[in-house]
Amino acid sequence: MTAFLAKRIGIGLLTLMVASAVVFGVLEILPGDPAQLMLGMNATPEALANLREQMGLNQPVLLRYFNWVGGMLVGDFGRSFTYSSPVIDLIAERVVVSLPLAVISLILSTAIAIPVGIFSAARRGKAADTVSMGAAQIGVAIPNFWFALLLIYVFAVWLRLVSSGGFPGWNAGIWPGIKALLLPAVALALPQAAILARVTRSAMLEVLGEDYIRTARAKGMPRRTVLWRHALRNAMIPVLTILGLQFAFLLAGTIIIENVFYLPGLGRLVFQAITQRDLIVVEGVVMLLVASVVVVNIIVDILYAVVDPRLRIAA
Amino acid sequence: MSLLEIENLRLDIGDTSILKDIDLTIEQGEVMGLVGESGSGKSMTALTVMQLLPEAARAQGRVTFDGIDILSAPEAAMNKLRGDDIGMVFQEPMTALNPVKTIGEQVAEGIRWHTGANRADAEQTARQILDRVGLPEAKFPLARYPHELSGGQRQRVVIAIACALKPKLLIADEPTTALDVVLQQQILELLRDLVDERKMGLLLISHDLAVVADMADRITIMRHGEVMEDGETARTLSEQVHPYTRQLAQASMHVPARKRHATAAATADAPPLLSVENVIRDYPGRRTSLLRKPAPFRAVDGVSFSLRAGQSVALVGRSGCGKSTLARMVLALDRPTGGAIRLDGAEVSALGEDALKPHRRKMQVVFQDPYGSFNPRHKVERLVGEPLHLLERKPSAAERREMVADALHEVGLQPRDMDKYPHEFSGGQRQRISIARAIITRPRLVVADEPVSALDVSIRAQVLDLFADLNDRLGVAYLFITHDLTVARAITDEVMVMHEGRIVEEGRTGEVLDNPQSDAAKALVAAAPDLHRALRRRLAEQG
Repeated sequence: MTAFLAKRIGIGLLTLMVASAVVFGVLEILPGDPAQLMLGMNATPEALANLREQMGLNQPVLLRYFNWVGGMLVGDFGRSFTYSSPVIDLIAERVVVSLPLAVISLILSTAIAIPVGIFSAARRGKAADTVSMGAAQIGVAIPNFWFALLLIYVFAVWLRLVSSGGFPGWNAGIWPGIKALLLPAVALALPQAAILARVTRSAMLEVLGEDYIRTARAKGMPRRTVLWRHALRNAMIPVLTILGLQFAFLLAGTIIIENVFYLPGLGRLVFQAITQRDLIVVEGVVMLLVASVVVVNIIVDILYAVVDPRLRIAA
Repeated sequence: MSLLEIENLRLDIGDTSILKDIDLTIEQGEVMGLVGESGSGKSMTALTVMQLLPEAARAQGRVTFDGIDILSAPEAAMNKLRGDDIGMVFQEPMTALNPVKTIGEQVAEGIRWHTGANRADAEQTARQILDRVGLPEAKFPLARYPHELSGGQRQRVVIAIACALKPKLLIADEPTTALDVVLQQQILELLRDLVDERKMGLLLISHDLAVVADMADRITIMRHGEVMEDGETARTLSEQVHPYTRQLAQASMHVPARKRHATAAATADAPPLLSVENVIRDYPGRRTSLLRKPAPFRAVDGVSFSLRAGQSVALVGRSGCGKSTLARMVLALDRPTGGAIRLDGAEVSALGEDALKPHRRKMQVVFQDPYGSFNPRHKVERLVGEPLHLLERKPSAAERREMVADALHEVGLQPRDMDKYPHEFSGGQRQRISIARAIITRPRLVVADEPVSALDVSIRAQVLDLFADLNDRLGVAYLFITHDLTVARAITDEVMVMHEGRIVEEGRTGEVLDNPQSDAAKALVAAAPDLHRALRRRLAEQG
């Protein structure tokens, strides 16, 4: 298990290194001078030269790359030009919104999807299966911003249970904070849940056709018991894969939802940074997302090994 | 009253009639052999007794087990019977166990379910039965997972699950078909001992007459969902009153007529078609430490042999002895770690993929499973014509169709079959298609990896005839990989016995099999089921 972990973590670090080179390289070869972009087309050559010097743009590429990577290792992600504050502070401010949002969505979608998937698989071809998979089909098809608007209309405008957007900040208390994240979390979670439910159902159906399910039935256990004791754990591998991918998406892919609900999250930060060519912020956020995907993948790999003993040595 | 009584059993799945008027009884302590070809309804009969039929199945008639009317018993009552009074062992041990649960959990589970015993007591009982089926605690603790066990060991676990609560009836559906002959013999002996020891009834389902003749007190022969003949085993199989019984018995001992021996011997001085020189194949071993390089596992260990044009040679050995690895290297699908393989003088084991291409045409392969080796979405024309890209000149579409038609004709199929999909053919026909694919480039050598072991006896006889015929007419040399000595005897001139990566014995097939010298060959010969021998023994016992 230690060797397995060491290997996974090593691969993760390697991924981070490659990603940092790619992120840096891509922004490096993009046309346009960041100093020029910041100052606009009418800037004087002296101002431009000053800013270039100040930003270190005159240094050799490799040196700048290592400065950037070295800075990140000690928590210095550079300074945003548009916000005139350290990138790390900007990220920290936004993560406290985006991370809880992603976690709540993930919990919601898992809590809905896995029971629905199991339920459908157990009643394959019956009315309950058709209805829940039909609903899942609709869930996959509905764009989440439209669903978000519907939620706002029903719960904020009509029922007046929650506010229609904005985030009061955690200083206002835990509950108001969570309340502000509930609708966006539901809007994010439902389409994800629909996908996850379909994956769970098909994984369960595949496992239920396996020989060892028949062996378990031949022991005299009812269908329902066999489903829980023998099928579920075996069906979890594909479900875990999808869950890992979804978490990465929930952390970063929330630009639209954050805009709809006017939430100050990472998605909005990176969106604004891109439109304003605040590349140092983009780089920082992208690296953070890469790191979180790497961490989630390591966790998923560990969970694979927990679920399936065959993967413990194969690593 | 018998332990199990089946009377006038009819079974339909949807609109398809599966079983018609089945009658079968099993007494306490009796072994009933249920024999028939695939699709004859053997497994469905067993699943009816277990009430584990597909959902669309409807059974009529009467099935009584120990006085209980099974067909009208509610599911709860069946749950009480299954795993307690009736145990079942299945064909495929590799997939019959849950991969994420330990063998201890899986054996103890049924015990706890039926007896309500606590974990410790159930595990103790599980331990006893695992010891009994030959998995002692020292080597097979309860915490082992199925993937840490071999096929034969897994089948022992399945038997332990089925027998843990001392059932009155054990149903074994082809329990040894997936195992090599030595393991088969061990598992059959275990089943026989358990039956004797516990006075169980055993319903042994098999397509292999020799296995049933050896094991069963009485025999029931099925075909197309009907019982053809039933009776006391030795009498039924020696008298062969029913024509179908005779047909089965003859097919299972079928030896194709061959006239090639003389010519093969005549060209003995010519350079060999295939020569394998001191070939070694290592695989990386399992890593036990981060720092130490693991010792490699040597799958093939210094093997040398040669094959002349038109010669038919068998490579026999137990599963895991390295015979398939050797075959892959002969086919240049895998590279030897050491040594050389020459085909027609060219050292194929040293050539790159491009340089190999002209040589690939000279060697083709037929695999075991005719179901798994075709892409189901391609038509036969494309499947059979696939190796044609190996020819130096790409044939035109018309030429291609003609060549495919010829190949299909050679194997006894119709040219119009080339426009069908593989699912439209029976198992035997599919194996003919894969043989057609193998001969379309007019190869000098065909490697056949267990080519008939997935086939029913009557189809097996036809396919063996086809192999013999092609050998005669086209002069193709064969390397036949098999664990079935009957097949080796029927179709090959010479045999090589492989054991733990080495060839331990070789010689003329008849001589080696009649008078084996090495321990490995002796073990294979002694374990191979033999219908004549089993019948002689039974008749002698009865006086």
